[in-house]
Amino acid sequence: MSGNTPDPETLARVYRSLRLIRRTEEEIARLYPSDKIKSPVHLSIGQESVSVGVCDALNDDDMMSATYRGHAAYLAKGGDLNQMMAELYGKGTGGAGGKAGSMHLVDMKAGVLGMSAVVGTTIPIAAGYAFAMKREGRPSGEGRITAGFFGDGATEEGVFSETLNFAALHKLPILFVCENNGFAIHSPLSNRWATEALCERVRTYGIPTHEIDDADVFTIRRTAVDAIQAIRAGEGPQFMECKTYRWREHVGPGEDYDDDYRTRDELAPWQENDAMATTGEMLDAAERDAIDKDVEQRIAEAIAFAEQSPWPEPEELFSHVYAD
Amino acid sequence: MSTPTDPSSQRSLSYVGALNEAVEQEMDLDPGVFVIGLNVDDHKGIQGTTQGLFDKFGPDRVMDTPLSEDAVTGISIGAAMAGMRPIHVHIRMDFLLLCMNQLINMAAKAHYMYGGQTKVPLVVRSIIGKSWGQGAQHSQGLHSMFMHVPGLKVVAPTNAYDAKGCLTAAIRDNNPVIFVEHRLLYSTEAPVPEAPYTVEFGKARVVGQGTDITLVGISYMLVECLRARELLAEVGISAEVIDPVSLMPLDVDTIAASAGRTGNLLVVDNAWTVAGAGSEIVAAVCERATGNAPVVGRMGYAPTTCPTTPVLEKDFYPNATTIAARAFAMVRPGDKPWSPDAEPTLPHEAAFKGPF
Repeated sequence: MSGNTPDPETLARVYRSLRLIRRTEEEIARLYPSDKIKSPVHLSIGQESVSVGVCDALNDDDMMSATYRGHAAYLAKGGDLNQMMAELYGKGTGGAGGKAGSMHLVDMKAGVLGMSAVVGTTIPIAAGYAFAMKREGRPSGEGRITAGFFGDGATEEGVFSETLNFAALHKLPILFVCENNGFAIHSPLSNRWATEALCERVRTYGIPTHEIDDADVFTIRRTAVDAIQAIRAGEGPQFMECKTYRWREHVGPGEDYDDDYRTRDELAPWQENDAMATTGEMLDAAERDAIDKDVEQRIAEAIAFAEQSPWPEPEELFSHVYAD
Repeated sequence: MSTPTDPSSQRSLSYVGALNEAVEQEMDLDPGVFVIGLNVDDHKGIQGTTQGLFDKFGPDRVMDTPLSEDAVTGISIGAAMAGMRPIHVHIRMDFLLLCMNQLINMAAKAHYMYGGQTKVPLVVRSIIGKSWGQGAQHSQGLHSMFMHVPGLKVVAPTNAYDAKGCLTAAIRDNNPVIFVEHRLLYSTEAPVPEAPYTVEFGKARVVGQGTDITLVGISYMLVECLRARELLAEVGISAEVIDPVSLMPLDVDTIAASAGRTGNLLVVDNAWTVAGAGSEIVAAVCERATGNAPVVGRMGYAPTTCPTTPVLEKDFYPNATTIAARAFAMVRPGDKPWSPDAEPTLPHEAAFKGPF
């Protein structure tokens, strides 16, 4: 962690974000059997350090796009927790009024571009947003950027390569972030990749790459800070491959280590290196407890907000089909 | 031609010129408008429709692209979400099949699925080809696929006046619009006002009045319907011809009212009939009918792949002769079949020598 050791403010902020995401998703998993959340949930538990490390390096007016496994990125970018919980409950006060659910979270005010349930689909959308940002004509070093998150499976889609080429050709202000958790639902990389040299493939487009194997949140953050500085200076896109591990099942609240496609042994080293725990240990106990207490209160408030919010009115079925 | 008379202008402009002028004027008015697509900036300028725009607006606003239709569609959607107004150009409609994931899963749904937080003001221009061996993959009319999906608008103007007005409206629309052009319409001319104007979507145009049968012609088939109307007049049948102009939204009222008066409705599509725009129009009209539903018929591409050799291709498409014969049989079911003895090739069709 040498060279990446954060200042106290950053440490507290990063821990708070990690803690908020972890505890929010644990609460979602706890509530799930009540059937109040009638939305497929793809939990990020275990993968939070990628979203938190990168989003902490973004400015408020930067944009971020992510996937159906997007709770972590949404919250890390500052997406509204009440609106997220209400959206999961299908309530009219959700960010999209109950039309998005867990898989299409959006909060444009916080810089969260809408998420998609079709793998790879948001990669060019993020680049398109960056394309527009480049045309805002801000001075070098002060431009806005977009961070596009996607999984290892998305790099197999043709649109990934197409977008890398376009983004490099036009020097778009975008940071590509691959969260490589090793599985496409249950299919391992060995069934899908001829070689694991993802960064090597990306470099052939002339895009600088950064491979981070240990999911360390401060290494990810430091890498993102440096990459983003170059992007803002007009040097074009950069690419990060962050190895990580999904602790829970592909979709749903539980674990699946008895399902015959992976073992708990595989999980152990990732759990020992858990970003939330290791970061929390770096704080003094009183500060950590205060953050934990605040996080619990915010989550409780969000759940109460979702519980008490009204359902959307029936006529909402027909609103937003076309824009005015 | 379904040439709407406009007293404010006597200037005649080609369909190509009308498209070009609409884009240039909207680019002048709104710096967020830009043109993107393979070869939009080259010396041929998409058969002239984008010619001169690169010289005037430069590479940032008239952009050539890699052959990456999927990504470029997504990039256009992302730019639209950020407030820009992209016009993505495809030299053949067949290439839209490479864009389907982005158009159907993102462009059509974003405004709804994100609860109104985003809009996608995107225009997708595409050209249907015909003749000179366009064949299997340069001839398809795929508009019904897009009509099927809520969130998309689909327009298919058939004359220069509507081409300019619809394209201007499409660029200003805050929704994704699939803009369907036909290669053989490009050389046709109509009076076109010089000042910018819009043609409202969802309003069909009655382009020839009649009392015995209603002919609805979609895209290029409108031209054939108008010629069929002349042939039918020679045997004393009065055909009303309607140009829907806009397929989604679709002006069912105008078509249903006409069919209610004539008692016969024949829809001729520039596409296959199965699950097509013609099926939709016929079904919508019949659903509205109270009491006497009109006699209905559909014509379109033969239920085959489009062949390249002209000997087979001529029977792949409906034409004025086959449309007139079918209309005659509908209006006078008791008479023995009649077919006009007419040369089905129209002058501007004969003039089209390809190769593209």
